[in-house]
Amino acid sequence: MSVSEAPKPAFRLSQLIYDSRYRSLTIQVVTLALFCLGLWWLGNNAYANLDKLGLTPDFGFLQTRAGYDIGETLIPYDSSSTHGRAALVGIFNTLLLAAMGCSTALVIGVLAGVLRLSKNWVVSKLMSFYVEGFRNVPLLLWIFLIFAIFTESRPPPNTFKPNADGIAENEMWLGAIASTNQGTFIPSLSFSTLGWVIWLTLALALVAVYFLAKYAKKIQSETGRIVPVLLPAIGIIVVPLVVAYFALSAISSKTEYTFVAVGAEQSMDLATYSEAIGRPDYCAIGSETGAVNGRRYIEEAEVNFRRRDFFGQSDAQSAFEQGTCNLIAVPVATAEAIAADLTEGLRNKAVAGVLTDRYMEGQAIEVSYPVMSPKGIPRFEGGGKISNPLIALWIALSLYTGAFIAETVRAGILSVSKGQTEAAAALGIRPNRLMQLVVLPQALRVIIPPLISQFLNLTKNSSLAIAVSYPDIRGTLGGITLNQTGRALECMLLLGIFYLALSLAISFVMNIYNNRMKLKER
Amino acid sequence: MTTANAKNPSYVRETMLPQAAPPLGQKGAVRWMMENLFSSPLNTILTLVSIYVIYAVITGLYPQFANSVWSADSLSECREILASEGLGSHDGFCFAVIQDRWRQLLFGFYPNTEYWRPVLALVLLIVGIMPVLFDSIPRKFIIGTLLMPFALFFLLWGGSIWGPVSVALGFALGWAVLKYATPIIGELGGIIVATIIPVLYWLFLVGPIVGVLHSILPIGLEFIASKAFGGFMLSIVIGVASIVLSLPLGILLALGRSSDMLIINKLSTGFIEIIRGVPLIVWLFTASLLLNYFLPPGTNFDLMLRVIIMVTLFSAAYIAEVVRGGLAALPKGQYEGGDSLGLNYWQSMRLVVLPQALKISIPGIVNTFIGLFKDTTLVVFIGLLDPIGLTGSIRASTDWNGIYWELYIFIGLMFFIFCFSMGRYSLYLEKKLQREHC
Amino acid sequence: MKKTVFLGALTVAGLVAGVASAATLDDVKARGAMNCGVTTGLVGFAAPDANGVWEGFDVSVCRAVAAAVFGNGDAVEFVPTTGETRFTALASGEIDLLARNTTWTFSRDTDLKFDFVGVNYYDGQGFMVPKALGVSSAKDLDGATVCIQTGTTTELNLADYFRINNISYQPVPIQTNAEAQQQYLAGACDVYTTDASGLAATRATFEAPGDHILLPEIISKEPLGPLVRHGDNDWGDIAMWTLNALISAEELGITSANVAELSAAPTDNPEINRLLGTEGDLGAMIGLSADWARNAIAAGGNYGEIFEKNIGEATPIGLARGLNAQWTDGGLLYSPPFR
Repeated sequence: MSVSEAPKPAFRLSQLIYDSRYRSLTIQVVTLALFCLGLWWLGNNAYANLDKLGLTPDFGFLQTRAGYDIGETLIPYDSSSTHGRAALVGIFNTLLLAAMGCSTALVIGVLAGVLRLSKNWVVSKLMSFYVEGFRNVPLLLWIFLIFAIFTESRPPPNTFKPNADGIAENEMWLGAIASTNQGTFIPSLSFSTLGWVIWLTLALALVAVYFLAKYAKKIQSETGRIVPVLLPAIGIIVVPLVVAYFALSAISSKTEYTFVAVGAEQSMDLATYSEAIGRPDYCAIGSETGAVNGRRYIEEAEVNFRRRDFFGQSDAQSAFEQGTCNLIAVPVATAEAIAADLTEGLRNKAVAGVLTDRYMEGQAIEVSYPVMSPKGIPRFEGGGKISNPLIALWIALSLYTGAFIAETVRAGILSVSKGQTEAAAALGIRPNRLMQLVVLPQALRVIIPPLISQFLNLTKNSSLAIAVSYPDIRGTLGGITLNQTGRALECMLLLGIFYLALSLAISFVMNIYNNRMKLKER
Repeated sequence: MTTANAKNPSYVRETMLPQAAPPLGQKGAVRWMMENLFSSPLNTILTLVSIYVIYAVITGLYPQFANSVWSADSLSECREILASEGLGSHDGFCFAVIQDRWRQLLFGFYPNTEYWRPVLALVLLIVGIMPVLFDSIPRKFIIGTLLMPFALFFLLWGGSIWGPVSVALGFALGWAVLKYATPIIGELGGIIVATIIPVLYWLFLVGPIVGVLHSILPIGLEFIASKAFGGFMLSIVIGVASIVLSLPLGILLALGRSSDMLIINKLSTGFIEIIRGVPLIVWLFTASLLLNYFLPPGTNFDLMLRVIIMVTLFSAAYIAEVVRGGLAALPKGQYEGGDSLGLNYWQSMRLVVLPQALKISIPGIVNTFIGLFKDTTLVVFIGLLDPIGLTGSIRASTDWNGIYWELYIFIGLMFFIFCFSMGRYSLYLEKKLQREHC
Repeated sequence: MKKTVFLGALTVAGLVAGVASAATLDDVKARGAMNCGVTTGLVGFAAPDANGVWEGFDVSVCRAVAAAVFGNGDAVEFVPTTGETRFTALASGEIDLLARNTTWTFSRDTDLKFDFVGVNYYDGQGFMVPKALGVSSAKDLDGATVCIQTGTTTELNLADYFRINNISYQPVPIQTNAEAQQQYLAGACDVYTTDASGLAATRATFEAPGDHILLPEIISKEPLGPLVRHGDNDWGDIAMWTLNALISAEELGITSANVAELSAAPTDNPEINRLLGTEGDLGAMIGLSADWARNAIAAGGNYGEIFEKNIGEATPIGLARGLNAQWTDGGLLYSPPFR
């Protein structure tokens, strides 16, 4: 018996429309063609319009001098830096704001979500009030309001200045923190030249803790035995750090420091130098113990000076070469070499010399406290500053997003059926472990996906920094740079690409986490 | 057992004792408080802290509200009134500014005599959207919902009535083509023709037709340019227009993203992710600074139209994700059921899948709308005078220079009322859907 | 206009307008109103009142140009613009004239492709400090926190000035004048810097103006003027000569009160006659009616009247004429002759 082959029909053109095997292909090709046509239309319009205005897209402006100053930067920047660098400053500020916002929003959201489920009537009502209030009023309004509250309710810095009797209107909190309407001034840490060893120690300790946790989990899933993690982890982190601190301090407290100064002659000391030059400008580097103690030394010598703040040695040296400052603290061992190096770079053919003053570098880590400037306009010197726009944005973004996260968390916890808790209790699992081992893993599965989108929202909402003029990427690249150069097309394009890349990166990372937490269906 | 009863010894009670009242600490308010407020040390601390917070907020704000001034012509007059009561200039709010400028905050620069138009439009909007939101209303009223956008447009912008009418006719034309041409040229051809003909009609024929009709029968309202729109009216117009316009696009994108066709899937996904990955404020700046470059040379789109276009694209991406969620939530059996009835893709979507998917998506769509409505405040940064933009203008007048909180409190309250009520509705809907599913 | 036929539906809706960039005047006339870009609100220069009517110094310039074209100072639509959107709005044709206290600079005139039509206010950047700060010169401002309005030339001037003088400072950028005022009063910044006119205007609205002083240093030249798109010289001429007409009118003593009388019949002064159209045909030369200047002056008065009404010493803002006096009075206002 021979099975006759079904006749293979010839391909007809009408099959492209009527045959469902080919139709999808047709539709796709047509769609793609239409899409390309649309793109071409937009591109053509843009070309024609720009041509008419005589504008050509050009990214060269990123290399030109920006000419404006930025109040808050995480990297060295001044008005002679390029527009490209200003954009970079903005990128770092955006990332900082997003990171700060995401972490506190998570904490606030989890707290509020749990408290809203609390049996305590007052607390749960209060939390409902918070959640509804923030969810239903535009974020922009909250930013304005919180910023205004900070401006109006905090005292200006000059009220911290002692009057003739030595009594100030306002006292610093614990003598270290001052919350003013220009920002909050906090102590900062400075490190000695070998400070990187401490960071390295910390990093190694964290890696060790990670492996310890992994090992504990392995033992638990294999044998059921619970290996304690918390106390050993604290030990692993603290002990090496303490050892490193004392070892390094032993070195740095014996390291001699001195000053290199522009126009200093042989064997001149600080007092004679400042007399000769009038008022030296001191390159202050807040993160270096040697520089911080150098400032202290100058203050104690009662020499009239002005401080210029810089991020690091290289940043300060370039300022040195431009003449912004003329006095810098360096280790004695390398002082001559640095002086020679600087002399070469100085523009006005001046000579940099080493002063005769000597002092010790100090401990491996020292705390630098904000103090009221003794002379001139009342302001805080030393320490760190968190500006009010940043605080207002931080609070507003965390509270606003926290309200949404609270709802997510609440939904997640409610989604774990009561039977699970009861079953776990019946197995004799204690309440604190019950939360950790039974409820949370299940609730997290429901919570994480919406949490990702809340983090994305917060990151995108950080662009509302425009409301309080915080210099984020939209404020620098998409604000002042755009405005001063008039390059709207280029700036908006770069801005869009940055946000898109950031969003994709966040969702990529969070999705990895989500996939690890997801119920494994086999 | 009956025997036991019969031999009831005398020391066993024959009747139940009446229930005794619980001890004093175990009843009424005391018990409730013990259980709900002070059940554990932590709970007690939380309660006390909460009560203190509430107390501090109330005592901090009450005098400000109690001393507020409601009628004055300028901030300085307000301060004088406060001073005459022996109060400092910061001891009471000056709500007189709301009294003076509430019209502007609500309607922007819309002519006073025409306020009935936006009000009527709002009423019409609420009535028109009823058939979608409540299924107790007969289905046929939905035709009214479809006609509503044209009526709203006519009321708000005015001009000749023939404009919206002839634009609406374009849709009727498309529908007619779909209905009568499909049997002749097939499904796909029908859809293509039904898209092309109305578009050509809108591009080339509407202008002359309106001209002719208007010269024959000039009916119309005074034309009011978009520049006159401002305040809450602007926020609502942008929000509603964008959501309404983005629905069809969002549904198409959702279908595209769940489609098996590679190119269509990738294009939809790309569009959605690009739009969602970039903040609205960047899109608004694009609308304000760049969109004109991408539109045909020699035309100038109204800034408000550009904003609506951009916000529509923006919300379409979000709606698409909501609808996609709805599509994914439908049991697979529904799709298979449609297929087994021999329905083609569009038929099964139109008759089986979408009606159910959209129904479960409504809470999500309402939530998207709430978010979008709040986000319309961002238009202040491109120079449109929404409520927040108007605060700037009001503070720039010599009368009210220096006023601050009062305007923001008013605006915040208005937004809260709008958004909270819509949020409640979507919650109600969600609960109802849950009940129906169980 | 032809192209808009293709966008029939939208044009009918009034949401799309054609710009035939060849002749702005024709477009404006066809539209029946001029689109004028102003600030979203700056005391004395542009702000809407309770009825939504725009008022202010810059607004008056817009009205004068509209009156020159249409004979009616109300034939103008005001488009609020921010520091960031103003130039694009003008370049894209959304507005026909930008009168938004914009500084005339080289790059704006050339690179951004605009034409400034003159100067309606000579300004310079100054500093305001509280008296209590105890500072009498900008050179003493080392370490100060400075409020600046962002999106303007002031932040560039400030950076340059402090850099040259090796003064360190902390910039606090702020969006609007109203916001800056609030920050400054609360003490969130030690110094407020912007155009000296703005400082004076701001100080005038304080509860205690005497507690604040303007420092003597003026660190920049800020000639503020209206501008139009580059390339349409006919339209630029109209704006330029309307502004000049207002200035000349003050010089010649033509006011809104006497303009009707003076233009009823030729007077003894031929320049007045030429300006007001009772002699010669200056109007026809720039494509307007003969009484264009008369209308422009009648709309809000001459330059001096506009100044006094909006920002002059009789107003709460209380600015003196200073550099903005006529050249005959020691100022810089100097209109080319009308002949």
